[in-house]
Amino acid sequence: MRALVFILAMMFLPSLAAAQVAGGVPSPSITQGKGDKCVADTDYMRRYHMRELLHQRDETMHEGIRAKRFSLKECVACHATTDDGGKPVPINAPGQFCASCHKYAAVQIDCFQCHATKPEDGKQAQSPSPFPMTAAAEPETSQ
Amino acid sequence: MSGNGFDMDRRRFLSAAAAAAGITLAPGITLYGIGHADARALDEPASGKVRWGLLIDVNQCTADCDACVSACAEENGLTGHGRPATDAQWIRKVNVRDPKNGVEKSVPVMCQHCAEPPCVDVCPTGASFKRADGIVLVDKHICIGCRYCMMACPYKARSFVHEDLTDQKPYAPRGKGTVESCTFCVHRVDAGGMPACVEACDSEGNGAMTFGDLNDPDSEISKRVAAYATRQIRADLGVDPGVRYQNL
Repeated sequence: MRALVFILAMMFLPSLAAAQVAGGVPSPSITQGKGDKCVADTDYMRRYHMRELLHQRDETMHEGIRAKRFSLKECVACHATTDDGGKPVPINAPGQFCASCHKYAAVQIDCFQCHATKPEDGKQAQSPSPFPMTAAAEPETSQ
Repeated sequence: MSGNGFDMDRRRFLSAAAAAAGITLAPGITLYGIGHADARALDEPASGKVRWGLLIDVNQCTADCDACVSACAEENGLTGHGRPATDAQWIRKVNVRDPKNGVEKSVPVMCQHCAEPPCVDVCPTGASFKRADGIVLVDKHICIGCRYCMMACPYKARSFVHEDLTDQKPYAPRGKGTVESCTFCVHRVDAGGMPACVEACDSEGNGAMTFGDLNDPDSEISKRVAAYATRQIRADLGVDPGVRYQNL
């Protein structure tokens, strides 16, 4: 019996350390955005944010359309956090909004080789307010 | 009625005075931002009816001033490594001297935003392109860093990013392995503003630069191009730059 408990503990300890366990399934700890809700449903954003960013990127780059809805700059401005000293934390730093999910999904993120990881000066980043990802998955109305 | 008459007279007087001031002051003073760049709606594409251009009065530009160069670096986050041969440089001051009479001029040179850009012709991926409003840009998402465009450019206007970068400006993404050059501060232009170099030249420099729409006959730059002899650098190449020089 003792051996069984030990084996089970060894199996679950690493995942406990790496991520929060919600309902028995490990999930990344991500921070909430600044506003009431995201520009689209959480489920939609989770699955398709890369498509929207790609579409917006081409329109902005080649045609000068600077709509804010799916702008990477606006994503960063809303989801970036500040440290204890009030300085903005890079959004691709470990545990931050982009990095935590991408690490969890094992998808490399190349955006920030070129793009800024912190909000524009004057645009105040939010204080950290981590909450489990599952809580954000509640249905929201789309815009 | 008498009040109306007074208003009309006053209006006429003011417009006449403004016109006179424009004429008398124009040779020495560059007027900025008059009649150009009403900000587009955010979701409206750049218009093909516009051709952004820049006029530089070389007589107003002095060799000891580099306000435009430092403003460009500050605006676009161009940080160097103290290696002038390879550090990014979107605008530079070129000092020229006529060997016959010793006359010296200091000329700011940046991407000339050609109507027929050779960099676009040679780009193998389509990363180098000209926007509808005449601004020549590099789409770094598809740039493979081959640097063909740098060789094709007659103005030595482009730079290659050799090293990893951090802390880029949110409106000016830059990254290792891609080519870049002056964007006419496209983020400012899209918002109805003018390039950082022009603003700095006005406030800290000698007011040598005029930015505006070359296609709009009422814009300040068009009026000046019509009134004074201006020239493009290496006009013989037929690339029709959007940057023009006066008194060069």
